[in-house]
Amino acid sequence: MKRTMVILLRNPLSLLGVILVSLVVLSAIFADIIVPFPEHRGAVVDFVHFNQGPTARNIMGTDLVGRDLFSRILYAFRISLVLGVVVLAIATPIGAVVGLFAGYLGGKVEFVLMRLTDVFLSIPPLVLAIAMMGVLEPTLMNAMLAVTAMWWPWYARLVYNIARSEREEGYVLAAEVIGASTWHIALHEILPNCLPAIITKMTLDMGFVIIIVSSLSFLGLGVQPPTPDLGSMVAEGARYLPDSWWLTLFPGLAILIAVFGFNLVGDALREFLGAEQ
Amino acid sequence: MTDVLDIRDLTLKFRGYTGVTEVLHGISLNIRAGERVALVGESGSGKSVTARIVLGQLQELRASRVQGGLFFEGQDLNRLSRREWHALRGTKMSMIFQDPTSSLNPVFPIGTQFHEVLKRRDLKLKREAAFSRAGELLNAVSIQDHARVLGAFPFQLSGGMNQRVAIAMALANSPSLLIADEPGTALDVTVQAQTLHLMHDLVDRTGTAVLFISHNLGVVREFADRVYVIYRGRIVERGPTKSVFENPGHAYTRALMAAVPRITGGGIPEIQDVDVAFFDPLVTHAEVGN
Amino acid sequence: MSPLLSLRNVSKTFGKGDQAVRAVRDVSFDVFEGECLAVVGESGSGKTTLANMILGIFGPSSGELLFDGTPLAARRSLQERSAIQLVQQNPLSSLNPKRSVGASVRLGLDVYRIGDKSERWRMVEDALEEVGLERDFRKRPPSALSGGQRQRVAIARALACQSRLVVLDEPTSALDVLVQARVLRLLNDLRAEKNLSYVFITHDLSVVRNVADRVAVFQAGQLVECAETTTIFENPREEYTRQLIGAVPVVAPEELTLRDALAREGQP
Repeated sequence: MKRTMVILLRNPLSLLGVILVSLVVLSAIFADIIVPFPEHRGAVVDFVHFNQGPTARNIMGTDLVGRDLFSRILYAFRISLVLGVVVLAIATPIGAVVGLFAGYLGGKVEFVLMRLTDVFLSIPPLVLAIAMMGVLEPTLMNAMLAVTAMWWPWYARLVYNIARSEREEGYVLAAEVIGASTWHIALHEILPNCLPAIITKMTLDMGFVIIIVSSLSFLGLGVQPPTPDLGSMVAEGARYLPDSWWLTLFPGLAILIAVFGFNLVGDALREFLGAEQ
Repeated sequence: MTDVLDIRDLTLKFRGYTGVTEVLHGISLNIRAGERVALVGESGSGKSVTARIVLGQLQELRASRVQGGLFFEGQDLNRLSRREWHALRGTKMSMIFQDPTSSLNPVFPIGTQFHEVLKRRDLKLKREAAFSRAGELLNAVSIQDHARVLGAFPFQLSGGMNQRVAIAMALANSPSLLIADEPGTALDVTVQAQTLHLMHDLVDRTGTAVLFISHNLGVVREFADRVYVIYRGRIVERGPTKSVFENPGHAYTRALMAAVPRITGGGIPEIQDVDVAFFDPLVTHAEVGN
Repeated sequence: MSPLLSLRNVSKTFGKGDQAVRAVRDVSFDVFEGECLAVVGESGSGKTTLANMILGIFGPSSGELLFDGTPLAARRSLQERSAIQLVQQNPLSSLNPKRSVGASVRLGLDVYRIGDKSERWRMVEDALEEVGLERDFRKRPPSALSGGQRQRVAIARALACQSRLVVLDEPTSALDVLVQARVLRLLNDLRAEKNLSYVFITHDLSVVRNVADRVAVFQAGQLVECAETTTIFENPREEYTRQLIGAVPVVAPEELTLRDALAREGQP
């Protein structure tokens, strides 16, 4: 763990990633304290200061109903991170268990589980999410459900590949000779060896979940107003380009920073954890 | 006559996160034309990195620091550009490895790989000409079924066959120096014996000098004229094989000799695998004749 | 004296029809309590398949295996498993890199419910001490140990299970010369102390000469010759055995004499 931190901080790119991610996370956590206009995350109107570019009062400008963009962006970070964490917290265990048992047990179990996974994988992710949202009510809960449904198969495939190769290793044979149960071997022998890859993928995925949720919101299918979401903000603001440029630029930059930061950290983790193996 | 290979006071250091690690502490060895010299040591002794340094491959690692004299047929290797050094590999110096099947490219048939190797000497060489030359080389390693072998992929041939193919390829361009890194280790004992015998005769005939890297003392005894024993990056004993084996002078060599089980029995002796005496200075055995 | 392990007409065939591979053909031999039986052969000899059947990884296609007189079922009970353990060749992969050394040794204790839960770490440490490692090694990851140390852990793992028969599959082939000597001595000492039986699989005949009581030579799935060690080396009956001994790279002059003598006797 300590070594991981050292490696992450030594490399300039990954250090940048860590800084960006920290900025995002801290903003999300301490949004209430930091933002100048905490109430602007809800339904508030201020027609005195609406549609203004960046000023001393509103460093990123205001939106069409007068809400401070900077405040809304920080709250939007919070929403995105929460969504990301919840989606991954559900999708990862489901996918990992499916992949683990398919990879270790092989035979019919492998066939059934992996074909099921293939069905989900064969549908383009965003299309699946949009289709689901088309059927369900466009609420935040349903958006999370849709994204989770399209996410778990990737973990299944990842863990499946690792489990399949690990099952040939000596320590698995040793446990089988001793007579340890399938459950023990899968969860306590093989799974720990899948964790580095899973963690790396989760880190990289945070960035992708943010983009997917933003995309859904951009299409009106994700987070609903007045809850701030980076994608919705970009969508709203796009109509007013290039005049009210701040409406799109700042939320767009926020997405960029978050995704870029997670990608850099994820890449560094992959290189480091991969090298270990 | 100039030595084929002359290594003088070679040191190797690696820079890591935790600092600098010294792997070779000033080793010197030389090989004359047609000689078979063995570099014997256990894992971590530095024997394999020495080979990679001679080939010029290790120096490409950013974290490595190599110093010392490296002379090949009188030429100072340290003064060569990367391209010039690269040009030597596969032509004047070549290498064979521990696991023949994995050291051959799995996606190309043997014939194509021979062609690649032979083209290093003659860029314009045509496929037919390459195949006919390959045929001669295969004969030299006692492979008669040319057509089948040239058309096959490495995974379709046995380990022993692949080892012989690797030897043939290594000798294809008549190198002055062949480096053999634990050859035959991955093979069955009878196949290993045959292959080593074959290599022995072949290098006798072609007059190729061999740097033979191994941890197996029995194989070294059968194959090498002279021996350098390496321990933790230092040469601890050197001399003609017979002399070193019959009268090991250095504590480490003596431990190695005692530790090898004998087919005549005698049990396993109690030995220390670490000892201060292993760091004793170099023991040299006089050359026979000259 | 009745044998500890008995193989009676054991055969194993993989695949069907033209693709069938007869890995083991009609093999019968015994292993007695307290002895070390070396299983020698080159690739394709069937020795790995034999080991797998002895360990209960899969059952024979025909024939039977008996332990202490009773037939071993294809699906072993935990008690049957605890009596027969394995030490593998590759010290790098035989221990789970993501678990401490102690956890790997403890696995058998947990599965076979040996001792009280509270005592088990102590038993792990006892086992580590018996193989010449320090007790606090139990907390270390395998990556912190050398190849020789890892093999000792693998041996400790077999000991902790209180097994009676240990199958050793090339246990020292991946080790350096000096380390090999120490591990072989350890194996010999442990066998004497605990009256263990070994099925010692190896291709290295010089090791065989110094650790085994009896030697079983295999070729292409068949048992070629099985006799006392001294007989095999000084007076082998079969040509294949002579060939194997003749191919051993030897170090000392007296070994050369033995090899040449065997080669001469083999002349028609």
